[in-house]
Amino acid sequence: MRHRYDAVIVGGGGSGLMAALHAARSARTAVLSKLHPVRSHTGAAQGGIGAALGNVGEDHWEWHAFDTVKGSDYLADQDAVEIMCREAVDTIIDLEHMGLPFNRTAGGRIDQRRFGGHTRPAPLPDQPDRREPAYRACYAADRTGHMILQTLYQQCIKHDVTFLDEFQVVDLIVKDGTCRGVVAYEIETGELHVFEAPATLLATGGFGRMWQVTSNAFSLTGDGNAVALRRGVPMQDMEFYQFHPTGIHRLGILISEAVRGEGGVLINGRGERFMERYAPMIKDLASRDVVSRAIFDEVKAGRGIDGRDYVHLDVRPDTVNAYFERDGVRRPDGSPARITADDVRRKLPDIADFARTYLGLDPVTDPIPVQPTAHYAMGGIPTDVDGRVRVDEVGSVMPGLYAAGECACVSVHGANRLGTNSLVDLVVFGRRAGKAMAADLPSLQPQARDLPEEPERFAREALARLKSDGGTERAVEVREAMQRVMTDHVSVFRVESGLKQALDEIRELQERFRRVRVDDRGSRHNQDLLEAWELGCLLDLAEVTAATALERRESRGAHARDDYPQRDDTDWMVHSLAYQTQSGVELRYKPVTITRYAPKARTY
Amino acid sequence: MEVHVRIRRFDPDRAGGAYWADYAVDAEPGDTVLSVLNAVKWQHDGTLALRRSCNHGVCGSDALAINGRNRLACKTLLRDVGPRVTVAPIAGLRVVKDLIVDMRPFFAQYRAVKPYLIAPDAPPGRERLQSPEQRERYDDTTKCILCAACTTSCPSYWSNDRFIGPAAIVQAHRFLFDSRDRGAAERLGTLDAVTGVWRCRTVFNCTEACPRDIEVTRRIGEVKRAIVSGSID
Repeated sequence: MRHRYDAVIVGGGGSGLMAALHAARSARTAVLSKLHPVRSHTGAAQGGIGAALGNVGEDHWEWHAFDTVKGSDYLADQDAVEIMCREAVDTIIDLEHMGLPFNRTAGGRIDQRRFGGHTRPAPLPDQPDRREPAYRACYAADRTGHMILQTLYQQCIKHDVTFLDEFQVVDLIVKDGTCRGVVAYEIETGELHVFEAPATLLATGGFGRMWQVTSNAFSLTGDGNAVALRRGVPMQDMEFYQFHPTGIHRLGILISEAVRGEGGVLINGRGERFMERYAPMIKDLASRDVVSRAIFDEVKAGRGIDGRDYVHLDVRPDTVNAYFERDGVRRPDGSPARITADDVRRKLPDIADFARTYLGLDPVTDPIPVQPTAHYAMGGIPTDVDGRVRVDEVGSVMPGLYAAGECACVSVHGANRLGTNSLVDLVVFGRRAGKAMAADLPSLQPQARDLPEEPERFAREALARLKSDGGTERAVEVREAMQRVMTDHVSVFRVESGLKQALDEIRELQERFRRVRVDDRGSRHNQDLLEAWELGCLLDLAEVTAATALERRESRGAHARDDYPQRDDTDWMVHSLAYQTQSGVELRYKPVTITRYAPKARTY
Repeated sequence: MEVHVRIRRFDPDRAGGAYWADYAVDAEPGDTVLSVLNAVKWQHDGTLALRRSCNHGVCGSDALAINGRNRLACKTLLRDVGPRVTVAPIAGLRVVKDLIVDMRPFFAQYRAVKPYLIAPDAPPGRERLQSPEQRERYDDTTKCILCAACTTSCPSYWSNDRFIGPAAIVQAHRFLFDSRDRGAAERLGTLDAVTGVWRCRTVFNCTEACPRDIEVTRRIGEVKRAIVSGSID
């Protein structure tokens, strides 16, 4: 079946919905989503969305930008960071006007809490560069993402945005270097649909399902990235993948950084608050890469809980208040900081619920066992600051193709994303992309209708092969093998030998994938088929991740090489661009944009 | 431990209608029912169809009737339901395949209550002010994840599927009690109709079913009282 729209948006999470709201004001827009949009993983974001509102103590967007650049280990493009942090402020106000139920200060303004890596100057006579945690994260309990997703979906209903739910995009239509739409598989019927559109936005989220332990939903398989990669679009900075320090042990379920923002501390098997050693200034609120490495180091040194592979996240009021007192932590009004059991239950209700449900414990009386969990892709589809996809090192745009959110790489996160900045990225760049799509339409329309012959052929053949007889491999086994090799060799710490092995094994798995067959030959809700197809996406992205990590011979942000432990600004202050070619992954590099924040050593 | 799971299966393209199928899988008491269903799918029968995404109770995809009670499969641990588990689709919506139901009527009822902030006045340059007490007034109903566990556990809904159901009323409550909202009159037509709140007979199934611990029946009561007292008009 053929459909025609001005703008097609692939993905119904935060960035897709934000873009839809803005594009739909003047363009005929459809949102395609493989899930019902309210199931999107934006809804799982917990702790907050950063913006220098200054509602709880002085703050400025330039401070937010500095923290973001420092958090990125100076790999973020600073022009994009400046736009994000400046526009974050009025985007948050926009969200409030849409009805988002933020927590409030006593005076009725949007309340803000502390979060990892977000700081403000706190100079002392002998320490002029000293900083302290800033109250910058706007929040709604520990359900901030849920509220953003709900609010944006509500607004889409109000403004009558067209949704095609449970349509899974399986190919991009590219002809003569121009994107002309997408091919989508209708999950309920098994039918392939062709969507012709002068403007297409990819907003498909992340791909954390590449690893064994992840905070990511089953749906996060990098579909948008993979279809773009296969059509000649490079992936940028794929070696940088964030492991969130506090996933529930074994399960990977996210325990928000807000727990530490409210005063929670990480404790090792000896009862030590070990972050004091790794980040003397802001300790447990250091950047995620720093904290995840610290946990790995503690575990490796035998200082996990009972010598095992996890540590404790302790937010018991007695513990928190003791450390508040020891550190002299004060509220913005100058009074000594304190928390009560009621504060924990009120400000972190979902965390308490997860702990109770999955661990049978209460964070008010018990510490939570945590380990780093695969969480967020800093890398992705390269774009300009309006979501237009760039396909080479000089910034050439593929007309008609846009990307926003986790699947994209603007780049505002560089080598390591700060907490709250994923939500900031979604709303700021989702909005910009939606506006740009509408504005660009007149120049895109003339060529859009010229489609290749039988645009769905490639997708049809790929799906038919998975359903054909003769295959001998099972998708679940190949998937588990991929997750194992990525966890063993392409995780928090990396080394050449391991990365080489990973790359070899992933290529073998890609071979095995060609022989996968599925049980379900039906056409309705054939998840067996789609899971297998998604595995192909993950494998292609795993190959790129391992290849880029192998090549980058330095340590920066989330990319920590045992064999190259130092950051190397002389040779490696560059973004990687990875292309899929017949002979494997081809790498190119492009410079980082630096505006006002000169690279310096990164300490917390 | 060995878990015996009995699953309601249905393939619209095969003759014979719905049937029960039994499977045995190895699992730990701390594992979820969803992990058991995944094990069935990945080890025994790839054709099993169910919706699931976030895997920790926040996306609302996997509301199922588990041992006769509506729950999220990813939030239900084996230690709480025992080694014999029966899983069926939520009741009252058309079954499309296996554990998947047609959610369109549910979302149509959700849309009918105008589930968005209605505030016609031009907003101020900064955020609107709202006190913590005003924010607290509707906090409970902001938690809804639209999983349909409440609506599909409601006998009034089973007997008349034109009843908008608990979930839609929860969504209406979220806005009716938001100090910023001015849309009460616009929603009254839906809420005060014969298919509106008065179909609720306070059976409390919805409250029991809610995986987000929303006091659904209580909130429906608040909406009823607001209509009677005319405090929403």
